[in-house]
Amino acid sequence: MVTSLLKKDRGGFSVLGAVWIFVLLLIAGNAFFQDGSAFYVGSNTITLFGKYLCYALLAVSLDLIWGYLGILSLGHAAFFGLGGYVMGMYLMRQIGARGVYGNPELPDFMVFLNWHELPWYWYGVNHFWFAAIMILLVPGALAFIFGFFAFRSRVGGVYLSIITQSLTFALALAFFRNETGFGGNNGLTDFKDILGFSLASDTTRDVLLFLSALALTFGYLLCRYLMRSRLGKVTIAIRDAESRTRFMGYRVEYFKLAIFTVAAMLAGIAGALYVPQVGIINPGEFNPINSIEIVIWVAVGGRASLYGAIVGAILVNYAKTVFTGIFPDGWLYALGLIFVLVTLFLPKGIVGIIGMIRAKRAERKALAEADAGRQAAAEAEPAAAAEASPKEA
Amino acid sequence: MKSTAKMFCAALLVLLGFLLPQAAAAMTPDEALAVLGDRSSSFEQKKEAFDVIGDSKENWSQLLIESAQKGELFFDKKKHDVYAKVGDNYFKVKGGEAFSGKSRDLKRVSVNNSIRESLHLILAMRTLSDQSIPEDRRIESAHALIGNVSQEDASKLQLLRDLYITTDPDLSEMLTYVIASADLNDEDPKIRNGAMHILSGFRSPLLLQKLGDIAEHDADVSNRVYAEKQAAGLRSSQSFYSGLETVYFGISLGSVLVLAAIGLTITFGVMGVINMAHGELMMIGAYTVYVIQQCMPSYPGLALIISIPAAFCVSGLTGIIIERTVIQHLYGRPLETLLATFGISLLLQQLVRSIFTALNRNVVIPDFMSGAIKINEFFSVTYNRLYIILFCLAVFFTLRWILQHSRLGLEVRSVSQNRAMARNMGVRSGRVNALTFGLGSGIAGLAGVALSQLTNVGPNLGQNYIVDSFLVVVFGGAGNIWGTMVGGMVLGVANKVLEPMAGAMLAKIFILVGVIIFIQKRPRGLFPQHGRSVEG
Repeated sequence: MVTSLLKKDRGGFSVLGAVWIFVLLLIAGNAFFQDGSAFYVGSNTITLFGKYLCYALLAVSLDLIWGYLGILSLGHAAFFGLGGYVMGMYLMRQIGARGVYGNPELPDFMVFLNWHELPWYWYGVNHFWFAAIMILLVPGALAFIFGFFAFRSRVGGVYLSIITQSLTFALALAFFRNETGFGGNNGLTDFKDILGFSLASDTTRDVLLFLSALALTFGYLLCRYLMRSRLGKVTIAIRDAESRTRFMGYRVEYFKLAIFTVAAMLAGIAGALYVPQVGIINPGEFNPINSIEIVIWVAVGGRASLYGAIVGAILVNYAKTVFTGIFPDGWLYALGLIFVLVTLFLPKGIVGIIGMIRAKRAERKALAEADAGRQAAAEAEPAAAAEASPKEA
Repeated sequence: MKSTAKMFCAALLVLLGFLLPQAAAAMTPDEALAVLGDRSSSFEQKKEAFDVIGDSKENWSQLLIESAQKGELFFDKKKHDVYAKVGDNYFKVKGGEAFSGKSRDLKRVSVNNSIRESLHLILAMRTLSDQSIPEDRRIESAHALIGNVSQEDASKLQLLRDLYITTDPDLSEMLTYVIASADLNDEDPKIRNGAMHILSGFRSPLLLQKLGDIAEHDADVSNRVYAEKQAAGLRSSQSFYSGLETVYFGISLGSVLVLAAIGLTITFGVMGVINMAHGELMMIGAYTVYVIQQCMPSYPGLALIISIPAAFCVSGLTGIIIERTVIQHLYGRPLETLLATFGISLLLQQLVRSIFTALNRNVVIPDFMSGAIKINEFFSVTYNRLYIILFCLAVFFTLRWILQHSRLGLEVRSVSQNRAMARNMGVRSGRVNALTFGLGSGIAGLAGVALSQLTNVGPNLGQNYIVDSFLVVVFGGAGNIWGTMVGGMVLGVANKVLEPMAGAMLAKIFILVGVIIFIQKRPRGLFPQHGRSVEG
């Protein structure tokens, strides 16, 4: 099935292929070479690339709802953050008695706040299987409830964008409060190990990078599968002509709800993989600006192609790393310019450039053929010109 | 024999005790100063000395009492001179020479609580009896005395009250209250009752506390009942006025939100453009105030008034430039304009950071913006909030007039209702777009002027308000300025009502969730826009 999905998808195949080659080279460089060797890859590079891949998965999930469903969510980072927080809670509980206060039951910040028992919503997250389910369920449930009401009452367009922004802003405020029970301003950090493997070790990092690549591939293929199915056809119909689709008898809100929830779950997975690699999760992740940045990754890469989102996320974040390193003040200028220029001149993103070049080449080829045909026709019988004309069209 | 000698000594001491005040009363101010400069003086002696100095008319007496009250009075251990600390320097109280010795020779003139209280009273008495001080300041200082004076001290005030009864009747009334408040502690229940009767015309939280005390502990039953009744009346008026205050705060917050959102609603309603750079246009307005104030540092008030039109022009021009360079290429694609304008907002923020640095800039708040009108003890109307409310109303009604009665307004409304038809009738829709965007941006600049008086002026100023102002637009119904007005006020008041109950953060969360739920019921806000552009 995977091969059939990728068979007609040259863009996706090459992007994912490039990602995998890069990931395997990085892991090999980290695992088989020692520091000092020309091929050695530092563990920082491993986590950095792992982070990019999580962002890429997040961008793919946003592309699913923006590119194919036409919903511009300005609060997509909320789902990413929630997934991350669930993972953070699991990792927090794994610290056990190794915290500063040495309390085996309570994480440090709760001891600090003088709490005496674990809040009920922290129960169970010490089991990995439970946390893993919650990583899918929590963002999924929020998206389902939010989407159920929003789509049922036909909130759309800019209004939906703004209330998604309010949603993530409300979450940011809630998580900033110490009383909410998620570490307040500082968030969750100081993680020690995951499933018994130390997070500081290179092997764990390599495995996490590998898993991120795997999750990205899985997410990409799932989205592509969905969008190639009949469900996807309806989704695109909703994007292009919502009223018309409704009049044809489709319950538009259910389709929207399904896609929205799937996208939220994928974002949650991305967040959950992100946290152990970065080592911290705090309410800043819910900042509305972060959600808008995701949108720009997708816009840069190219909407409605899925693999464009991967390209965009990796490129923009790589540029961010480079820029903030050499010219910190310049990054916001660059980001701002990217926003403006991409929307003005590249409505289809980077992937669109390739499409444009290909279209140009095809056009030129067609013209050349037509010219050749005309010349031939001029030399040969007039009847031959009639044959060339369908080709031209 | 020994015991007789002891008794004699004791009798002498008692006699001395009687005589001492007499002797102190005869103290001259200079002698009193010497007492303060002597480390061996007792607290009683010092108290007497302060009393003498307080009653004297020496030109240094005010400085001495004031510094003593602030705990900034020192004496030289060796030369026994008294110094007042002004800023980081020490000046001799009498004569004014700066202190030149070693600072470890200086020792603070120590005072106890009883002296501190009497210093307080001395200062108040001096203020009250000085007729060159404006009346409202004297009233203020009389007010501070309520509930803080003993009956003995109050008797001194009787004289002043009688003195002012014709010249400054308000002050005299306030002094009557002060005296009555002292009489609440009288032994005679009738006098206590009389005092309560006098005080029934006066509202203050302090009095409420006192009445509560009487209602519980007074020996006389009728007094207890009366005090309870009075206290209940006061309590209900207190809660009424605190409610009024909440509404007032809410309306002033609402005015800020309306100012911030109203430009947004115009650009969205007319052009279908979601302008994410709106907050940054506000920021530009606020920085305009800063720059103009830097140009004319000695007239902050005038600078503020000049900056109102200036901020409108600067932000408006920036808006027109944005419209001509970027937005005009993106019409009909509202979500794309959202992204492009977000990019512009990042650029503007970073530009301001490069020019003015990332630090907050200090905008001077002119005198006429500070202070308050005191309606009564429970409620006062602060000027800055009052001016913001008035400013908001002025902007709102001017804008309404422009939209309803000017040529531009007519064209704007025609374009927003049906662009194609308007163009057919000869409206240059491109020009209208640019002017509308300029108008909306200019109003953002005005909002920035208002915000410069309320919050820090920094590169993040706009960002802090953008989510809120979007919420107001969505809640009120985009494109409807009445909707924005109502929406802003409702959200402002709701915020201030919830704040004391739930805390600032939780209140905000409630509001956000409330609006999200509200949108489900009315997807296009309180006052939905009608017309063809709606479905776009």
